[in-house]
Amino acid sequence: MRPEHGMSNPDGRDSGCDRDGGVGLKSPAFRYVKPASLAETFGVLKSFGDEARLLAGGQSLLAALNMRLASPRVLVDINDLADLAGIRVSENAVTIGALTRHRTVERSPDIRRYLPLLYQAMPYVAHPAVRNRGTFGGSISFADPAAELPACCVALGAVFQLASETGVRSVPAREFFKGMYETALRPDEALVAADIPVIGRNYRSAFAELSLRHGDYAIVGLAGHAKYEDGALSDVRLVYFGVGSAPVFAEAASRILEGKTPSPGTVLAAQRELPRDLAPNDDAMYSAAVRMHWAGELLVKVVEQFSAKDEGNRE
Amino acid sequence: MSNEPNEWLDINLTVNGKAVSRRVSCRKHLTDFLREDLDLTGSHLGCEHGVCGACTVKLDGNIVRGCLLLAVQCNGARVETIEGMSESGELSDLQQAFHELNAFQCGFCTPAMLITASELCYGGHAVTRDDIRKHLSGNYCRCTGYQAIVDAVHATCIARGQGAVK
Amino acid sequence: MNRDTGPSVGHKGTTYIGAAVPRPNAKRLLHGRGKYVDDIRVPRVAHAVFYRSPHAHARILSIDTSEAEKSPGILRVITGVDVAQLCTPYVGVLAHIKGMQSAPQLPLAVDRARWQGEPVVGVIAETRAQAEDAAQLINVDWEPLPAVTDPESALDSGTQVIHPLLGSNLCFERSVDAGKVDDAFARAHRVVECTFSMARHTAVSLEPRSILAEYDPSEQQLTIWHSTQVPHQMQWVLARHFNIPEPRVRVVVPDVGGSFGLKIHTYGDELATVAAAILLCRPVKFVADRMESFVSDFHAREHRVKAKMAVSKDGDILAIEADDLYGIGPYSGHPRGAANEGIQVANLVGAPYRQRAYRGRSRAVFQNKAMYGQYRAVGHPIATIATEGLADKAARSLGLDPVEFRRRNYIPANAYPYTLPSGVMFERLSQHESLEKILAMMDYPALRDEQTRLRRQNIYRGIGLATFIENSNASSATYGPGGVSIASQDGCTVKLTATGGLTVASSSNEIGQGAYAAIAQIAATAVGTTLNKVKVIMGDTDATPYGGGNTGSRGTGIAGEAAFQAGKALRANVLGFVARLIESEASLLDIRDGNVVDSASGMTHMTLEDVARTAYFRPDQVPKDYQPELIVTRSYAQKTYTGTYTNGIQGSYLEIDVNTGFVRLVRHWVVDDCGTIVNPMLVDEQIRGAVVQGIGEALYEQCIYSPEGQLMNGSLMDYIVPMAAEMPDVEVGHTCTPTLTSELGAKGAGEAGAAGAAAAIMNALNDALYPLDAQLYSMPFTPERILRALGKVK
Repeated sequence: MRPEHGMSNPDGRDSGCDRDGGVGLKSPAFRYVKPASLAETFGVLKSFGDEARLLAGGQSLLAALNMRLASPRVLVDINDLADLAGIRVSENAVTIGALTRHRTVERSPDIRRYLPLLYQAMPYVAHPAVRNRGTFGGSISFADPAAELPACCVALGAVFQLASETGVRSVPAREFFKGMYETALRPDEALVAADIPVIGRNYRSAFAELSLRHGDYAIVGLAGHAKYEDGALSDVRLVYFGVGSAPVFAEAASRILEGKTPSPGTVLAAQRELPRDLAPNDDAMYSAAVRMHWAGELLVKVVEQFSAKDEGNRE
Repeated sequence: MSNEPNEWLDINLTVNGKAVSRRVSCRKHLTDFLREDLDLTGSHLGCEHGVCGACTVKLDGNIVRGCLLLAVQCNGARVETIEGMSESGELSDLQQAFHELNAFQCGFCTPAMLITASELCYGGHAVTRDDIRKHLSGNYCRCTGYQAIVDAVHATCIARGQGAVK
Repeated sequence: MNRDTGPSVGHKGTTYIGAAVPRPNAKRLLHGRGKYVDDIRVPRVAHAVFYRSPHAHARILSIDTSEAEKSPGILRVITGVDVAQLCTPYVGVLAHIKGMQSAPQLPLAVDRARWQGEPVVGVIAETRAQAEDAAQLINVDWEPLPAVTDPESALDSGTQVIHPLLGSNLCFERSVDAGKVDDAFARAHRVVECTFSMARHTAVSLEPRSILAEYDPSEQQLTIWHSTQVPHQMQWVLARHFNIPEPRVRVVVPDVGGSFGLKIHTYGDELATVAAAILLCRPVKFVADRMESFVSDFHAREHRVKAKMAVSKDGDILAIEADDLYGIGPYSGHPRGAANEGIQVANLVGAPYRQRAYRGRSRAVFQNKAMYGQYRAVGHPIATIATEGLADKAARSLGLDPVEFRRRNYIPANAYPYTLPSGVMFERLSQHESLEKILAMMDYPALRDEQTRLRRQNIYRGIGLATFIENSNASSATYGPGGVSIASQDGCTVKLTATGGLTVASSSNEIGQGAYAAIAQIAATAVGTTLNKVKVIMGDTDATPYGGGNTGSRGTGIAGEAAFQAGKALRANVLGFVARLIESEASLLDIRDGNVVDSASGMTHMTLEDVARTAYFRPDQVPKDYQPELIVTRSYAQKTYTGTYTNGIQGSYLEIDVNTGFVRLVRHWVVDDCGTIVNPMLVDEQIRGAVVQGIGEALYEQCIYSPEGQLMNGSLMDYIVPMAAEMPDVEVGHTCTPTLTSELGAKGAGEAGAAGAAAAIMNALNDALYPLDAQLYSMPFTPERILRALGKVK
């Protein structure tokens, strides 16, 4: 099963029907614990190391367990850590607690107002039943290459708070996603929150994704953020997902748009830079060439959104 | 409750309005718990990897996929299944619309389809056919091709004053 | 029989033929009270899980089950050798198909596994989870062998022969050669050619295959609860292969969560489950999970058809030639064989059209891939794709409108009964009428105008038509002479109950399509009572008449006819009885809405309850020489044609985003002629559901195999099935040509939607692409394929 799509390989084993014996959709045995505090959580993580997995929304992890793609010894259910849920607006940033459900983010007027990129992206995240359980922090920590939220966080310049027994450290989103299902999280750490700068004056956000069916993981997606003032773009951040093992900040393409007025010519120039930024692989479902083509098409859509007439992304 | 990691736990929850206490294997998902431990077989399993939606039930008032939830996670929670939601009558207009418009054939996806649709129908907002199609896009049906389901959900919304054009 | 109004029911009471009533006995499904196999509770049930071959082709050097046997909860571990001691091998060959060959197959692999997913070891435990845990401890030592995975090279001399004793990888071949085809091509004004390819796909019924088997050694009685379309066939298969006297095998079919042709085959894991039940003397249940379903369900529809059509300057079809190749599994499936698709393709390419000369060939070759067999509409979609694709190509090559081309070439309305070069006979079709009807429904000229207008704005929409033929009500020609016990007759017993109700036992089988409703409506109408008084019994070989279950769109046409005849016979018996009781004549009486009345005045003589009470409880009130028979059985088989073929036409209107390659289905239409319709709502919904399966075929579904024979996308995340947001509304209309082979006049409708949908979409797609110099004939038409056809991706 191809790595770009969905549930495969969190533990690096071959997935799907080519598993040896091809057996099973019941989870393997594990021990379960539901800590009442972060301190207790860290205690468990310390005892079991990488044989323990944190369980938040479980929408990715439990599917992986059912498919026997993961077999942790201990499942640490952090859903009781109420402090980790919630959306807090301060003067310059919105802090989203890791345990905030997708549905809460989706319906939040604060998110819509201050982080419109997330508001645009949320309807693409799976389906309503999954959004009722899935969490913001879960999606970030799971780091599926085709997921929407990691790319949005990179585009928004989010900073993640990673907590452990020894304290909290901040890691910017751009440094957090290392590879397929691989992040900067250490085995003894938990993501507790993301601090995301509110959208600035005259800034626009844009989101586009291609999938065969509504709610599927993206085949290719693009989260965009830029200033659009006096007809010109600046501080352009184009972050692709579904074209590699982690979100890709398309630096060359973004740079070409700096200071430019959106036009077919500038879009074409940016598209020409994409091969510098993106290097997808062929896989069983799609060729690298078609992913590159779609990346180019999404660029068109996103730039269109940047320069659309009646945008309400202002403070 | 001792907080050591365990393979088995005692849980207490409310299912369809009744208090339930059971000792359960921690690895068992909610749908297996409902079907095997409580004999509530109205919730079905079609894929067990969270795609088909046949296992949809309500947890604390929200629709969820039962195969992506451990039974032990529902300790202290309120679960509603098709059996309870039928007995209470809260789905009766939707069920009647489904029956009159033949919005089901083999019936395997139907309980989940009803529960998922109810979140939209009874949500109080105006609803178009497109909205319905998108909302149900996580519920697989192989028999109907979806149109009659959309018709039935839309008819119910209209009757409740929530229908919108298109 | 009136062609326009359906069967004459002989009474003036409520009639349910043609009534769009909501399904009786279905509300319980809405309440979560359906009972599928996995819902059935039997004491002491154990659970079966199967260790399956990870290799497409490999020798089994050794199997070590020692660790598994020690695993918690394990009751038994069974291998192929264990099962072979209880179950004899089966071969999916039909004796009357010349040259068809396949190798004997056992439920669990012995010595060699021949497809990835073939079950090898069965693990029986107290719970499913325990069985899965144990299965992971099984160690099989494999010696991988070369896998045959390309149908095109399967018959090459250098390719491994999967079954050396068969001599080749050819399972079956059918050829038709009629008329001077080469001459016709030589002198044709134009010849168009095309290679069509369709991907392997799979039914994905939401309820997976499920079986619960219980063996009582004290009585030597085997009972299975089985999610199946064909209870009597399964009874025969089990009795024969487990050597149990047939009357001691009982097959019970509870609710079935979808089947579509999937659940009519002999599956090794299901038979192994039966074997386990016999060995353990405890009930054993097997429910395939979704991932194993992908590698163990029978697949279908993987064809490559090279076809060509010769046309005259005026646009007459002079000749058609088609060469079809399809790759099946390593065995032909049992008991129906894997030849059906090929037979239909070879027989039916060009079917809607007056055929001057035709040469068709179909070959099925063995592959080291999942087993393969019937799936809704079987070979008809392929025949339609090839025929209608050629028709559009030919029309375009002559500068003719595709509508006009069809109209001109359809079998003339006065030419029926019409025999195709392949020997298939059509009783009567309504092709011209259906064409006019769909054009009106589509407002075809307005669509063409809109298309033209939008093209000027660089919006590319396409309009496509596909005429289809779909078999139904098959005679015994398909299987009878083949030597397999697959019934082509159906029976029905109608019983008047003590309170004047009707219990109707039918050999038809409910799989969600509404078989129950159809039988209930027919029986109520034939007798003259109200629908709410009717109870139908299906799906129990101990309790129903013998028959064919439900396959090939036969439920209404054949089982329904048996019900109609039984109902009429009961009516006659009741009228005769009452006439005798009141010393009148049966011809002066009628049964209306459950009452025996005076025909002329409508005055009630007796209610049906009175009739039943008199017959059952008061024989003292019945003349001594008269015995009323209020329980009547009738059987029916269609013997006039090989099948009562139906016809129709579909239209697709779609839009292509030429930048992304994504297709949006704007609208879809179907006109179907299935003769007399019992419940229009159920028929229309069958058509819609089948159309969406055809959409899956055209745009989404494909089983992707690696060259080594590994299924690469065997999960619901990666095998793309149609979901609600992308589907169009489907408008359905009908023409009506009842069959004269039965009184009811009903033909089948369950498969019609699947027969033509993919072809209509293909033609619409190519209509949209035509101005861009791109054409596509390989399904599924994924966005990537469309972009490559447009030259946007190299």
